[in-house]
Amino acid sequence: MSEEHTVPVVHHSREHLEFMRKEKAAKKAVLLSRIIILAAIFVLWEIAAMLKWIDPFIMSQPTRIARTIVNLSKDGSLFLHTGVTIYETIIGFLSGTILGTLIAIVLWWSEFTAKVLDPYLVVLNALPKTALGPIILVWVGGTTGSIIVMALLLSVIVTILNVYQSFRSCDDDKIKLLKTFGATKLQVLGKVVFPSSIPEMISTLKINVGLSLVGVIVGEFLVSRAGLGYLIIYGGQVFKMDLVMTSVIILAVAAALMYLTVAWVEKKFIKR
Amino acid sequence: MDKVVELKNVTMNYHTLDGETQAISNLSLDVRKGEFVSIVGPSGCGKSTLLSLISGLIKASTGEILIDNEPVNGPSHNVGYMPQRDHLFGWRTILKNTTIGLEIQNKLNKDTLRNAERLLEEYGLGEFKSYYPKQLSGGMRQRAALIRTLAANPEILLLDEPFSALDYQTRLAISEEIWLIIKKEKKTAILVTHDIAEAVSMSDRVIVLSKRPAEVKSEHQIELTTSGCKTPIICREAPEFRVYFNKIWKELDVHV
Repeated sequence: MSEEHTVPVVHHSREHLEFMRKEKAAKKAVLLSRIIILAAIFVLWEIAAMLKWIDPFIMSQPTRIARTIVNLSKDGSLFLHTGVTIYETIIGFLSGTILGTLIAIVLWWSEFTAKVLDPYLVVLNALPKTALGPIILVWVGGTTGSIIVMALLLSVIVTILNVYQSFRSCDDDKIKLLKTFGATKLQVLGKVVFPSSIPEMISTLKINVGLSLVGVIVGEFLVSRAGLGYLIIYGGQVFKMDLVMTSVIILAVAAALMYLTVAWVEKKFIKR
Repeated sequence: MDKVVELKNVTMNYHTLDGETQAISNLSLDVRKGEFVSIVGPSGCGKSTLLSLISGLIKASTGEILIDNEPVNGPSHNVGYMPQRDHLFGWRTILKNTTIGLEIQNKLNKDTLRNAERLLEEYGLGEFKSYYPKQLSGGMRQRAALIRTLAANPEILLLDEPFSALDYQTRLAISEEIWLIIKKEKKTAILVTHDIAEAVSMSDRVIVLSKRPAEVKSEHQIELTTSGCKTPIICREAPEFRVYFNKIWKELDVHV
């Protein structure tokens, strides 16, 4: 480094450089191990199928999956089904989050309502919502509507409980401060209770992406029209395990991408 | 003398399922315009309850509270409250934090905004107005909290142990600063504290409360001989300082 630098150059001690090097090496080792595990699974799977240790007709095989992906991409059905599943999940989890937040606001507004509804919420939270699938199918019909209702139902109760809890955990002294200025209940909600709960709401979104996806897949199993859930159930019925495995892998990628998107939004919003 | 705050035979009871607790019993006091009054008392004696009553957040069980000769019915724009911790909102900048009272009272306009900015400039926070609270030191945050209260332009300030969350050095420095600001802006102040030295050094008058249920045990008009300006730090050097301190200490009758 030349001496003319206007910005003072920080000279790290040897000890510090050694520390930095070790930290970086440790990070690299973790990443490398992850990749190795993934690669090992696929390689082992392929070899096992090739040498007939396992029956590729039942267990499928990476090269068959790759071929399936290529074939499905050719006629565009891969994108159609993935798109349908993602679309239904986004609609389901957005509506679940918005509806859940609105109900949480009502509960915060009226303590009486919250107390009255408490046991119902506890029971609904404990109930496996997927059990309601057939009922929804009959009531709403075998359409996308049913699938979205299913996704909404899975995320809405958790949202209500989480958001309401975070509304209630808002610092009483902060509320008191606003009240000394003469704040109305709506102002208390808008100026402190709601904004202080935004981090909690975004982390609820993270949970809801996963839950809504469960709802969507169960919904697609039942409705059986389109989507990755439909491909999985169809592949299972006609014994095309390649199709099932392919769909599951694409589903895993889609789920990870949606989760990462929400995590990115969280990082963007919660800088302060 | 014009009394701006007047409490007449105020009693306050708290009700819980376990029973009834009397927090304040038949308490009367008044504060004159421009006065700095401190209220000290044993911990848990109902000092904060007293401030909540004056600020109109809660209603007294019996008795009367007058502000500018008007009975208190809920929070008044004439009264500003400063809590123990700064309670600045992390998602708002310092300027937006100081205007929150104006927003709530629908008084935020060009003039009041300029006034808030002037207060920040004048008290050394001008260049930090677009910072977030997390980026400021404890003392600066406490100053920002005072400016938030002042921006709504109240006549009377209620200070609820506003320095108790700060370390000792910061506490001395910031109490000096805040005293100067209050005097400069010509506000009436009621300070609740458990720190006798703080009360004696900052106030014109110290009111000692008894154990719960709180009553006025005694009042001390503080008259200190100092050279020049009677700021809290200079006041601590006055010969009478120790006398007042010991007297109040004995009255508080602390047993551990």
